[in-house]
Amino acid sequence: MIEKETTSTFNKSTGLPRKRFYRARAHSNPLSDSHFPVPLSPSQFDYSLHYPQLFPASSDDDNPKRIQFADIGCGFGGLLVALSTLFPDKLMIGMEIRDKVTEYVKERISALRTTNPSQYQNISVVRTNSMKYIPNYFEKGQLMKMFFLFPDPHFKEKNHRRRVISPHLLDEYAYTLAVGGIIYTITDVEELGEWMKGCLENHPMFEALTEEELENDPVVKLLTSATEEGQKVARNGGQTFQAIYRRIAPSL
Amino acid sequence: MGDAQMEEGDNPREIEVSPAFIAVHPAQRSVAVAVGSDLRVYDLTGDCPVSLVDDSAKPFHSDSIRAIRYGASGKLLVSAGDDKLVKIWSTDSWLCIGSVCCEKRVSSVAVSNDGLFVCFADKFGVVWVVSSKENVENQALPDKKAAPILAHYCSIITSLEFSPDGRFIVSADRDYKIRVTVVPKNPLDGAHEIQTFCLGHSEYVSCLDFIHSPDYPHGLLVSGSGDSTVRLWDVTSGSLLDTCEIGAKAELSVTDGLEEEPCHAITDLCTCSNGTSIALAVQSLKGIMLLNCNPSAKTLSIAKVVLIEGETLIPTSLGTSLSEGLLWMVTGISKLQGFNHSSLARVRAVSLPEDNGQDAEPVLLRDDEIPGGQKLLERLQGSVSIGNDVFLAAAEALKTAMRSLLIKKQYSAEKREFRKRTRNDRKLKN
Ligand SMILES: C[S@@+](CC[C@H](N)C(=O)[O-])C[C@H]1O[C@@H](n2cnc3c(N)ncnc32)[C@H](O)[C@@H]1O
Repeated sequence: MIEKETTSTFNKSTGLPRKRFYRARAHSNPLSDSHFPVPLSPSQFDYSLHYPQLFPASSDDDNPKRIQFADIGCGFGGLLVALSTLFPDKLMIGMEIRDKVTEYVKERISALRTTNPSQYQNISVVRTNSMKYIPNYFEKGQLMKMFFLFPDPHFKEKNHRRRVISPHLLDEYAYTLAVGGIIYTITDVEELGEWMKGCLENHPMFEALTEEELENDPVVKLLTSATEEGQKVARNGGQTFQAIYRRIAPSL
Repeated sequence: MGDAQMEEGDNPREIEVSPAFIAVHPAQRSVAVAVGSDLRVYDLTGDCPVSLVDDSAKPFHSDSIRAIRYGASGKLLVSAGDDKLVKIWSTDSWLCIGSVCCEKRVSSVAVSNDGLFVCFADKFGVVWVVSSKENVENQALPDKKAAPILAHYCSIITSLEFSPDGRFIVSADRDYKIRVTVVPKNPLDGAHEIQTFCLGHSEYVSCLDFIHSPDYPHGLLVSGSGDSTVRLWDVTSGSLLDTCEIGAKAELSVTDGLEEEPCHAITDLCTCSNGTSIALAVQSLKGIMLLNCNPSAKTLSIAKVVLIEGETLIPTSLGTSLSEGLLWMVTGISKLQGFNHSSLARVRAVSLPEDNGQDAEPVLLRDDEIPGGQKLLERLQGSVSIGNDVFLAAAEALKTAMRSLLIKKQYSAEKREFRKRTRNDRKLKN
């Protein structure tokens, strides 16, 4: 897949695509109409396109495996790359609205697959507006983990409804997550951190993980270290605010 | 620019024409028509036009009504629209017993089966609930406050429907989506549990209704769409049971053949009292199409087309009562440019055969055969006779309006770049 690319957009020593060729506008408006294809329903999502080694297009025996982790607003894909080897038998997808950033992640994964044969087969990325189209990608209760790392803050009150965590969108995430599934959120913006925690705390289908559970979850440590945004915040010695909640059955 | 407009809810002028709507009392005691800001009701029991009484702070509607609906018991009539008001009328006294101010324009309404709650959706995809307290005896209530219960992210909600057993509320949008949500014990606390999504339409979903069948207490859901299909769904699982393509049949019935690209988008549908017939209004069809639903085989099939000879009547809305085998239809439009009579409508009715015997034919009633006769037509239409040219113009204006409202705009790459460069939120920074 990468052969046809000119080598100049790739770093010669690492073989990875160079980020500066994939810079884009800092923020996207999630309200604007889509210019990208969306599967009409989860059954029409083409697994063989995204995970070709695990879903050979020609094979008859249908692999029943489904995506279980979703990184929403995955940016440059650092978390997916870290999770890929930590959970080699789970399928994961990044969802990103910016075209060029999505292209970057695609190239990054494809380069990793080339240099590490048989690894990184379980991660992929789609360009989509997660706020509109999550039900088109996942069935009810399909996901075990959802990640919202350093989402755009949308400070102005009038723009709060553009935030990826909101009371109404949590209904959709609760639908998509299996009971017991976990939603991970982190930000360096205190106000947004409080907002996300508040939304989760008030939602009848989520409960906070205990301190002990957080200690024992290897994924928690990745939240601050694995993504590009997380690393930037860490470099600048910034504070972070996380809210990690489990999907529970609604009480009747 | 487009985004900013979406944000403010200011839409270009052209899409502000609104179709006429019709609603029939569940026991056919009255019929209501909304055209523009006008709400017209004819009382069939008393055989007289109804005068509505509205003592609320903002009496009557001041802009296009976008939805009218009777509650299942027939005690309430709800109207709502572009003036951001939801009005609840008592069908006994014809007094406005509740008036709700909304933040945004309202696109659809539904009344819970027990009549205790009114739900309405705004143009930004939020569904609100307000208690309707129809048991309060005909008292004018103070302005009510509504609570948001669920949302489709920034999409226009085109239809809202409660399942026959009251367990689910179903909402359809212009992003091809149908959402089935569990109705909670106290709806005012929000409806967080999504039962399922019914996904498969490839254009905006325009209308929903339930087939009432004793074997399916949750009901079988039918949906109509801009993709010119009607689909049958299991609302518990979200599975698509059958798809009925109506394009080919509609094509045969488009007699003038003048249109370059006939659009067979489905504008409205309603299930009929016999439990198995579904009536459709199609954007290209001067008449109605009838489908048959076989609830045990879970299939849909085209039964027949009823053409309306002699006049250009492409229905904008359909209605039936639960008791009578009569299908009512209206066509009309608000703010029709170039005509001095602006808010005219045309009402017709088709009598449907009791059971679905193949030889029983639906019959289009003449004006003097319609219940209420001339007096009803005068009230609901605004005039007894209306020229054909009015309806031709109305049909065109409506098609344009529907297109710009519901169909997603496809921009070329350059146009998209231009739109990005001229976006209001970007301009501020430069
Ligand atoms: C500040 S970045 C964080 C990226 C990454 N999670 C990280 O930690 O480095 C937020 C990302 O979310 C993406 N995004 C914003 N709204 C989105 C939406 N509605 N759907 C998908 N992605 C979105 C943005 O394009 C951006 O790349």
